[in-house]
Amino acid sequence: MMEELERYLRVDRFPLMWCSGCGNGIVLSCMLRAIKKLDLDQDRTVLVGGIGCSSRAVGYLDFNTLHTTHGRALAFATGIKLARPELNVIVVSGDGDSMAIGGNHLIHAARRNIDLTLVIFNNSIYGMTGGQYSPLTPVGKNATTAPYGNIEPEFDVAELARAAGATFVGRSTTYHTGLLTRLIIEGIQNKGFSLIESIAACPTAFGRQNKMKSGTEMLLAQKESAVHINRAVKMSPEELEGKVVIGKLHRREAPEYTELYDRLILDVRQGIKRRFD
Amino acid sequence: MSRVIELAQLMQGNEAAAEGALAAGVRFFAGYPITPSTEVAEIMAERLPRLGGKFIQMEDEIASMAAIIGASLVGVKSITATSGPGFSLMQENIGFAAMAEVPCVIVNVQRSGPSTGMPTAPAQGDIMQARWGTHGDYPIIALCPSSVREAYDLALRAVNLAEKYRVPVVLLMDEVVGHLRERVVLPPLDELEIVNRREPIETPANYKAYRADETGVPPMANFGIGYRYHVTGLAHDEKGAPTNDPATAEGLLLRLHDKLQRNLDDIIIENSRSLDDAEVVVLAYGATARSARHAVKKARQENIKAGLYQPLSLWPFPAASVDRLAEQAHTIVVPEMNLGQYRIEVERTVRGRAEVVGVNRANGELLSPDEIMQAILEVVNK
Ligand SMILES: Cc1ncc(C[n+]2csc(CCOP(=O)(O)OP(=O)(O)O)c2C)c(N)n1
Repeated sequence: MMEELERYLRVDRFPLMWCSGCGNGIVLSCMLRAIKKLDLDQDRTVLVGGIGCSSRAVGYLDFNTLHTTHGRALAFATGIKLARPELNVIVVSGDGDSMAIGGNHLIHAARRNIDLTLVIFNNSIYGMTGGQYSPLTPVGKNATTAPYGNIEPEFDVAELARAAGATFVGRSTTYHTGLLTRLIIEGIQNKGFSLIESIAACPTAFGRQNKMKSGTEMLLAQKESAVHINRAVKMSPEELEGKVVIGKLHRREAPEYTELYDRLILDVRQGIKRRFD
Repeated sequence: MSRVIELAQLMQGNEAAAEGALAAGVRFFAGYPITPSTEVAEIMAERLPRLGGKFIQMEDEIASMAAIIGASLVGVKSITATSGPGFSLMQENIGFAAMAEVPCVIVNVQRSGPSTGMPTAPAQGDIMQARWGTHGDYPIIALCPSSVREAYDLALRAVNLAEKYRVPVVLLMDEVVGHLRERVVLPPLDELEIVNRREPIETPANYKAYRADETGVPPMANFGIGYRYHVTGLAHDEKGAPTNDPATAEGLLLRLHDKLQRNLDDIIIENSRSLDDAEVVVLAYGATARSARHAVKKARQENIKAGLYQPLSLWPFPAASVDRLAEQAHTIVVPEMNLGQYRIEVERTVRGRAEVVGVNRANGELLSPDEIMQAILEVVNK
């Protein structure tokens, strides 16, 4: 990767495990650019990953890094953040990890509005296990467990997170790296639960089964299907059919969980009766 | 005498477990309500913020286990409490704690199973699950109180052992002990022995997170203080980097076991009564040990040379002690509120040197002293 970001890498862990054409490296570099821009202290930053190709990212990074169990990264991260709110906690997760096995933790982390930044590497497939369908596999696409085409509708992650209570939601693709970096920066800056979904290519497990041969071809497809939110608001539902809306999709003010808890501690210790009105 | 009366208080087993953990320095609790363990969560919710600690009710037990591991990694002593169904859900992350060597304590107040079973009825059905509940060969410590005072002492000890050996420790209670109210006198806080995890003395540059010294236990740097390293449930080398190298993976696994095996004297605790000349030994733990104590007393009144052996630590198995019992007694009676889970382990160690007799009940009812006495009479009259 690029020299300016080398201080964030554990180069002794290279080479990366990812296939050629994989989009994970692009998302990762955007994450690191965001971290650099915000000048986060590596000693005071914890990166938490679930299980999957994407979640392996944390192992290559020179921070306090925690590679957890499948789907549970947000729950581990919740313990970290609540116990030590002064630490920056960033969570890395795949579409299967965050939306299938970890879906419950996602909606509850969003509901609490705990100050975590979740970056979802959405490659529309279970990459690590070799191409089974995920809750984000589009209808009609092939997977090893959907050999006749996927019949299950997909989640809209952004809508789900917004409804659950997230205070910042953004989406980008690995084609739109500038936007992706800006969204991650804003997500980290947001004091509350932030979710950034990045569409990323998986030529090996998704492309091959779906007549998209290379990572480049898949990147161009991302470019074609993406519509920025500023333009999307002026489009009809018909026009938006098959499009992926990118940009800052949601922002709202709400009290942050660990701050509320710290205030509760102060009140309880001073014998102040709490009033909710 | 009057001072003792002053200090005596009426306390419930679950409450004692919570207080013991707090006395040990626990300042983080994550859990999900389940009978008969819920009081532990309720007490923690009330007490922790007063002590500057944190309580969180998670969305399920999987998340609860994950959260306490996370909190422990940043240096806060952490605990959760549950019962059978929740304990089942925690297993994957208990394995993570064992593999990644993150200190934590799981209180499991056993209830009747399998499945939802009889939620308010007692059982001791999780003995083997406590030992082998998650996949793979892994080390674990399980402690088992039979009284309110023991619940306090063993909760404190569970936290200490978790910190010292960097293992998950299960406090294996049962519904009887959890809901029992007894008059107890607790030791003054300043007389308690509190153990904290050993921190590294080397600089961050020289620190290898999973390099053990002669104790077998690697010093632990809390996340966030300048030692940046990787924690994973994958097999890993001394730096924490994932590996598929058979020799490294085996070395890790053997060390995880070895760190407990070479410290059995420090880990294992037990009680005994009238054991010196005993020919019939009742081996009992948890609520069942209470009935066994009465049965042994009764047997002695009838001039039967009976004695009680009560393991307070069920895992690691107290093989050396059971070995001695096998040499000394002609019969070992093992009463349990299950179909003989611990007895299997006793038989394995006794290897035919003494007769091993089970007294078992798994219908949600307590084993009475009379039933155990009956078993003692049967073996001496045979
Ligand atoms: C409890 C559990 N179930 C299943 C698995 C197997 N598994 C490993 S990764 C994975 C899916 C990963 O897909 P995703 O989260 O989309 O990440 P990707 O590999 O595509 O980056 C599965 C099912 C596991 N490790 N643990």
